[in-house]
Amino acid sequence: MRLFGHRLTIPALIGMIVIAVNLIAAIGAPVIAPFDQADVVGDAWGDPDPQHWLGLDNLGRDLFSRLIYGARMSIGLSLIITCLSFFIGITAGFSAAVLRGWVDLGLSRLVDLLLSMPTLIFAFIILSVLGTEPPVLIVTIAVLDSTKVFRLSRALAMNIAALEYVEVAKVRGEGLWWVIRKEILPNAMAPLIAEFGLRFSFTFLFIAALSFLGLGIQPPNADWGSMVRDYRDMINLDSTAPLYPAGAIAILTIGVNFVVDWMLSIHSRSHGAGA
Amino acid sequence: MNVIPPTGARRVGETILHVTNLRVEVRTDKGAGPVLVNDVSLDLKRGEVLGLIGESGAGKSTIGLCTLGYTRGGCQMTGGELMFEGRDIRKMTAAERRALRGPGVSYIAQSAAASFNPAMTLMQQVCEIPVKHGILTPAEAVAEAKKLFRELELPNPDTFGDRYPHQVSGGQLQRAMAAMAMAAKPDILVFDEPTTALDVTTQVEVLASFRKLIREHGTAAIYITHDLAVVAQIADHIMVLRHGKMVELGTADQILQAPREDYTRRLVAERVAGHEFREDVDTGEAPLLQVSNVVASYHSLLRVIDNVSVDVRRGDTVAVVGESGSGKSTLARVIIGLLPRQSGDIRFQGQSLPPALKDRTKDQLRRIQMIYQMPDVALNPNQTLHEIVGRPVQFYFGRSREDVRKRVLELLRLMDLPESFINRKPGELSGGQKQRIGIARALAAEPDLIICDEVTSALDQLVGEEILRLLKRLQEELGLAYLFITHDLGTVKRIANKVAVMLKGKLVAGGETSKVFSPPYHPYTELLLSSVPEMRSDWLDEVLAGRKQTLAAVRAAQVSLPG
Repeated sequence: MRLFGHRLTIPALIGMIVIAVNLIAAIGAPVIAPFDQADVVGDAWGDPDPQHWLGLDNLGRDLFSRLIYGARMSIGLSLIITCLSFFIGITAGFSAAVLRGWVDLGLSRLVDLLLSMPTLIFAFIILSVLGTEPPVLIVTIAVLDSTKVFRLSRALAMNIAALEYVEVAKVRGEGLWWVIRKEILPNAMAPLIAEFGLRFSFTFLFIAALSFLGLGIQPPNADWGSMVRDYRDMINLDSTAPLYPAGAIAILTIGVNFVVDWMLSIHSRSHGAGA
Repeated sequence: MNVIPPTGARRVGETILHVTNLRVEVRTDKGAGPVLVNDVSLDLKRGEVLGLIGESGAGKSTIGLCTLGYTRGGCQMTGGELMFEGRDIRKMTAAERRALRGPGVSYIAQSAAASFNPAMTLMQQVCEIPVKHGILTPAEAVAEAKKLFRELELPNPDTFGDRYPHQVSGGQLQRAMAAMAMAAKPDILVFDEPTTALDVTTQVEVLASFRKLIREHGTAAIYITHDLAVVAQIADHIMVLRHGKMVELGTADQILQAPREDYTRRLVAERVAGHEFREDVDTGEAPLLQVSNVVASYHSLLRVIDNVSVDVRRGDTVAVVGESGSGKSTLARVIIGLLPRQSGDIRFQGQSLPPALKDRTKDQLRRIQMIYQMPDVALNPNQTLHEIVGRPVQFYFGRSREDVRKRVLELLRLMDLPESFINRKPGELSGGQKQRIGIARALAAEPDLIICDEVTSALDQLVGEEILRLLKRLQEELGLAYLFITHDLGTVKRIANKVAVMLKGKLVAGGETSKVFSPPYHPYTELLLSSVPEMRSDWLDEVLAGRKQTLAAVRAAQVSLPG
């Protein structure tokens, strides 16, 4: 089987199916889920039955419905955060590489400063001070995450900016925005896309971790991280409830990474042929 | 394991490698790809040097690697026999091939700098092979290495091995690589373009020590190169290859003096062609570009350009020649403003140009364009030719989309490229076609002066000739001026009416080509001129004979340089 002219491996295919299923669940949650995420439909920890496939949770809400809504929240937020962090990181990274000098020095040291503190603890401090509204959550994680994107895109752009076609554009008199957008970005696309996949998984796990600590998505909204937190004690009582959200996190992460590995292999192959 | 007979026992004249109908193909996911080597047969006798010559893609390196039982990733030997000491290299197991490499066949690559491990001393790397193969004890290996260093005329042979690769010059490193290849006393040495990356003056010395090494040890060798004149100095037989097929095989003298095939004749003719000097016609016009007493450096440590003055008039082709590190490319960067000058003046049409790029006006930028050495990195691989060539038209003249397209098509026609190429990307073009696009992009800005930085050195000989002819035609049609940066003196003689010879950032000779390149020479000019390989097999001996005096004269002249 082939996709975009490249041979599809079996792990890549599995990864794509996993992502597709999750995306469908995320987008169509209100239609697919049998109940609303906040509806109490029975007794706490009710057993699975034909209407409630995975049973009920600690407040008597349908676990299957919450799992589907959880996909919506976790994936949607991760996607917005990753996009924003890439926008910030790429713009800053490319500018630093092209302009060099003080711009590069300033941005790089700022990034070093942010990276010198553990991300989780840094996010913890900001979210406890500013609250956990989704916009705050998005901007905080995106800025923290953009430091890693900055490092990658600066390194990529440094290599590309040294090539003569970029020099040609500069000598022609082109502005910074043109050089970044037309000369550098298209040639850095492949590794950036692969990184996007990885960063998306990390963001996703990061939100899950924050939610697990009570600083992420607030009840009654479902998300996989807080579901693991809410149900974790039940593992001692022979309940499988915490395993579903935990499994969903694991499967999506692995799925995304399968696809990323595939993209990286395409990237390295095309480079090998060019050399 | 091979049993290696001592050197003395080797019978010169016995066939050591017998290749019949070798075929190498690219194997990809999509199945069989292009055929790299098609039905090539050759015999190599002990003590004999076989030259493999051809343009890029001729399959010469692929054949060289096959004798080591190796093919590049994605390639496969799919037919034929490679008989070495009675055994077929193709049928050997991986372990047998490993045993072959080093003691049986060894390899000298084009770029020694990329082939040595920068974290190990040269001695460690030279001794590694014989010790690993159990041929010599570590102590014997060290003694042998010192002997080889001496034979290769490396400085301080007893301590040379203690240095790291970055501590020696390019020519020395290339010779150290020959020592490494020779350390395990191989039956066959494969030289893969070993002098291509070196300066002409260094090339002479490296070539001489390679020849001495091969002769003294009676080793068989395969010498791969694209330069017929180089191979003529060293090879007994020459095989001309093209598109993976053998064109012609003969003795070195026969190939040079009486080539049978048309393709060989063209290869020989391009280099032998009589160099009529281009006449310098003084129009009395004010210079277009006036570089006066310019000084420039990187990070103000060392003067890379020291007090250089050059004038270019309309219709002139001024060649700037020199070896690597002479500052000739830096001069181009100073003129276009990428490296701001520290003192001196650059005037264009009587107007002083600001030192830095960012202070120049759009019109000043437009009037001086540049063509680069490596068309692969000078063209954005993600843009179509329409975007690449059209952008200067749009940027400088603000033409409409329709006009830009028309102009791009016009330029493609001017470059003798089909109009259908407009939507292609650089990856779909050959090297020569890419260089034509580089020229088209420069012309799109309608410049007065084009700086050509080694524009033919990355191209095959015949393709390079075509590019030169195209540039000449454009000059006649459009009245352009060229500043031609090159290390190839043959090119200079043919196309330039003026020449500037640079050495270590200083101008040592300058003026009309016919004067600079005829006696009395500046000693350095003489050294450069005498180092250009000529198409006859006794050239190297002659040069080496007169070399000591020339070098002494250069040293004496350097001391008396101004500044």
